[in-house]
Amino acid sequence: MQNILASSWVIPFLPFLAFALIGLLLHRWPKISAAISILAISASLLYSVLVAVMVFAKGAGVFEIAVRWLNMPGLQVDMGLLVDPLTAVMLLVVTIVALLVQIYSIGYMHDDPGFASYFAYQSIFAGSMLGLVVSNNFGQIFVFWELVGLSSYLLIGFWFGRHSAREAAKKAFITNRVGDFGFLLGILFLQIIFGTLNFSELPGAVASYSNTAVLITVSLLLLLGPVGKSAQFPLHVWLPDAMEGPTPVSALIHAATMVAAGVYLIARAFFIFNTSPETMLVIAVLGGFTALFAASIALVQNDIKRILAYSTLSQLGYMVMAMGVGAMTAGMFHLMTHAFFKSLLFLGAGSVIHALANEQDIWKMGGLHKKMPITTWTFVIGALALSGIPPLSGFWSKDEILLGTFASGHMGLYILGSLVAFMTAFYMFRLIFVAFFGENQTAEHAHESPAVMTVPLIILAVLAVFAGFVGSPLMNYAFAHYITYPGAIHHTPSITIMLISSVLAVSGIFLAWAVYQKKWLDYEELKVKMGGLYKLLYNKYYIDEFYAWLIKHFIDGTARLMEWFDLKVVNGTVNGLAWLTGYLGLNLRYTEDGQVQTYAIYIYTGMVILIISALCAVFTALA
Amino acid sequence: MMSNLPILSLTLFIPILGAIVIMCLPANRHKAIKYVAAVSTLFSLLLSLWSMLNYDLTIGGMQFVERIPWIADLGVNYALGVDGISLPLLLLTNLIGFSAVYASWQTAARVKEFFALLLILITGVMGTFVTTDLFIFFLFYEVVVIPIYLLVIMFGSSKRVTKEYAGMKLTIYLLIGSAFLLVGLIALFIKAQGILGFPSMDIATLAQVDYPAGFQIFAYALMVFGFGTLLSMFPFHAWSPDGYAGAPTAVSMIHAGVLKKIGGYGLIRIGLFILPVGAKFIAPVIAVLAIGNVVYAAFICLSQKDLKYIVGYSSVSHMGYVLIGIAALNIISINGAVMMMFAHGVMAALFFAMIGNLYEKSHTRNVSDFGGLAHQMPRLAFGFMLAGLASLGLPGTVNFIGEFTIFVGAFGVYRVISIIAITGIILTAVYILRTLGDILFGPRLEKWDHLQDLKGPEMVPLVVLGSAILIGGILPFTVMDFINSGVGQLLSHIASIQMGGIF
Repeated sequence: MQNILASSWVIPFLPFLAFALIGLLLHRWPKISAAISILAISASLLYSVLVAVMVFAKGAGVFEIAVRWLNMPGLQVDMGLLVDPLTAVMLLVVTIVALLVQIYSIGYMHDDPGFASYFAYQSIFAGSMLGLVVSNNFGQIFVFWELVGLSSYLLIGFWFGRHSAREAAKKAFITNRVGDFGFLLGILFLQIIFGTLNFSELPGAVASYSNTAVLITVSLLLLLGPVGKSAQFPLHVWLPDAMEGPTPVSALIHAATMVAAGVYLIARAFFIFNTSPETMLVIAVLGGFTALFAASIALVQNDIKRILAYSTLSQLGYMVMAMGVGAMTAGMFHLMTHAFFKSLLFLGAGSVIHALANEQDIWKMGGLHKKMPITTWTFVIGALALSGIPPLSGFWSKDEILLGTFASGHMGLYILGSLVAFMTAFYMFRLIFVAFFGENQTAEHAHESPAVMTVPLIILAVLAVFAGFVGSPLMNYAFAHYITYPGAIHHTPSITIMLISSVLAVSGIFLAWAVYQKKWLDYEELKVKMGGLYKLLYNKYYIDEFYAWLIKHFIDGTARLMEWFDLKVVNGTVNGLAWLTGYLGLNLRYTEDGQVQTYAIYIYTGMVILIISALCAVFTALA
Repeated sequence: MMSNLPILSLTLFIPILGAIVIMCLPANRHKAIKYVAAVSTLFSLLLSLWSMLNYDLTIGGMQFVERIPWIADLGVNYALGVDGISLPLLLLTNLIGFSAVYASWQTAARVKEFFALLLILITGVMGTFVTTDLFIFFLFYEVVVIPIYLLVIMFGSSKRVTKEYAGMKLTIYLLIGSAFLLVGLIALFIKAQGILGFPSMDIATLAQVDYPAGFQIFAYALMVFGFGTLLSMFPFHAWSPDGYAGAPTAVSMIHAGVLKKIGGYGLIRIGLFILPVGAKFIAPVIAVLAIGNVVYAAFICLSQKDLKYIVGYSSVSHMGYVLIGIAALNIISINGAVMMMFAHGVMAALFFAMIGNLYEKSHTRNVSDFGGLAHQMPRLAFGFMLAGLASLGLPGTVNFIGEFTIFVGAFGVYRVISIIAITGIILTAVYILRTLGDILFGPRLEKWDHLQDLKGPEMVPLVVLGSAILIGGILPFTVMDFINSGVGQLLSHIASIQMGGIF
């Protein structure tokens, strides 16, 4: 049994191997490349299932092994494996979604010239993400944290010939770097204070550490990492732009897995965050604010992927808020259910975009349910799950979060969360009624996607319906039994909260149906009436514009100032000295004119000066 | 069998031998000249790899020692030996030297002179790393000046500044630095002779002497000026961007990659080792100036338009990390500093090789002239990306190991300075990704459709330097175990001399 756990390093290793094989040897044969990549992730999935069986069914407890990677007096960084229930859940989520997305990509990317490198990038992503998940220390997690960032960069910019893809990839990397700057400082603090970065050694050390001011600083710095990676306000700007990547990439990386890494990190390092109530409050408020902020933007967007992207931001905010109110279990539960239904939604959107020759505007779709029945109905299931309609998976996890928020006494956040639930149902069904049921706007040739794309949709739809049961009263809260932390309180479920959230979700759907299907309300007129607000939301609160202004004036301005200083002052001084040397040489050479008389004058003057100084010295000595 | 051979002397003089052979060849035998250069640098590379594999880490210290008395009255010996600090730098020199020959494969004019000078330059740089004698060190240090000057003014390029200006600036900076250094070394020699009672140029012997604190500060300050200039320490960095821009590709590679590392190596091996009290006294000054390197130079990179200037200033910026590592004076930070020198060496050399290749084919280095090159030149784009990602310290590249180790070591000593310096990781990401995005990605430009991608000999720098970047990054212990052994012994020696009073 231990053998299986001890060799679970193959889970991240196999995709890395696939990446290396494709990159070095196989990239000339696209089909073989794809096969190798899918084979590797399938094997990882099988192995993850084995690990999960060990952890959940056989109660293997916590398993840890490591090899030393960097070793010197005072600094040890390991590459290790930490297998516990949290890891097992993440391994399952990542490998399942990654495998389905890769299979789906065979259909979606079938005629792309970069087919082989696409699968190479998919593999390096899978390897890095799995490496991140099994990390047993902060050093290792930072390494893989940056590597998933690299894969994200490569995949966002996959169609590098497009100007917008290039800019989006760059923006994603740099925005994440800002977050990682804080994350790195936090890690350095941990290393300096505790002398270890290990997840099993740190909790004891942190618990016996009493300087709260330092703990607040460290935990807030560490938080910057998740703020970047999970795209929380104010570093959220990269995620909507990341939709420039191929849609399956958005499903895997920018909805289900990588962006959830921030939430996972908070859960993994919960023992640090949990020590300072101030940090927890910051986390809760930040998450809640992002949830509301992003949902409000999603209300008015027209691009199907952007709506889903803002929805992802909003749901990530939900998870982060759950962490902040101490409902770590609920946050991780939502991470899991969200991974399934959000990747389902993105792949569904991809199916539509694929059928409509890259059309992404929902107003140019309409009436798709007749032509694409599988895509439409799986999409509806995903949207119902996201809206929190019982008994779909999203209902259970969202309910746990709202319950946790309510029970922790954050009334404001609870109301905010409920409001977001209503908005979520509304914007999702706005999308559905306009794109799938409205009047047909599309060309006639639109047709259902091939089986290689629809089968993953169906599997994900099944998961979106049933995955929530593991954390529901129906299965006696099995999820909460495993994913928890010392001192966690599990609140008794409240029928009232369940009812309120369900009613809100249904009324959101109803409102969308009334406005966009029945057209009882003229939304064009509403748009004009709410002109200012509409524009503000449509332009995403002008935050991108603000950052662009900031960079142009402060960063590039400083750069120009420094360049001027370097050219004029530093180089100016150097060239000035050179000129002075030359000038002196040029002029002093006239003192060497070769005439005996001149030299005689020099000698005579020298003698006079010497004699006078000698006399002066004698007189001062005497006096 | 091989243990009886003077491995280090062979490694050191095979390029000189190659240079002599080249000088004897007829000037029009271009192919033969290039092969001689390639073979002789390959030999040195293999020998330095061999000595790394056969270095006994369990013992540590100076190994493969050779010693022949030379000038007895001055205590000068022809003495060679390598330890954990010098071995990675010796390997670095040969990795870059070998790659530089291939990066210059297309040289067409004055081929004979070019490769002969290049080989002499490589030997000169190697000599400073393998000797244990101060006099020999200084001799080699001066030897590199001559080929550098000739190579720049003969084979350089004139863009923002003329190649004559660049060569002159490079040489004069180097000479002024070495003049200060010479004063410091002579003072050291005389002082040591006074205390020891006999003349010695042996670095280890000089390090046994207990110099008065005031003298240490004076002598270390001179060395900081000399070595600091070579390491492009702010504000003595002005030679670096102009020099690299004017120099031919191979010289940029060797100069940025390894020659300026002599500065950092000298500060550790000679400055810190012999004058620990002086080093401790002056360290805060170095740390503050290092901010000037890291942040100031990174900002300048943002406003540069010429690829070579971007990498030139970026090299100044990265040297700031090395300086902070040296200034923090603990084993972690100095390990990091040495690792960073290695890492920056392979990265900068790869960068300059790629720029040189592109310039040779397109005759421009302006960022704004390019766009979407990844369409026409995917391999070149890969090389640029690898160098760029290494430059911004991405994990998986050896540069991350250097930066992370320096940060850990320095963070406990200079909290504020470290935080300011770590902002460099953001700025670096900005200028690297902007530049690479602008030249490599975006719509295909038809005017560059005629450019050929890397092939044949052009692939050598990418493969050799790229492998070093990745192997060092994925398996950092392959390099770090050496460095840690060398730095550990150096510092424990200081601690034993100072009886724990300083460190």
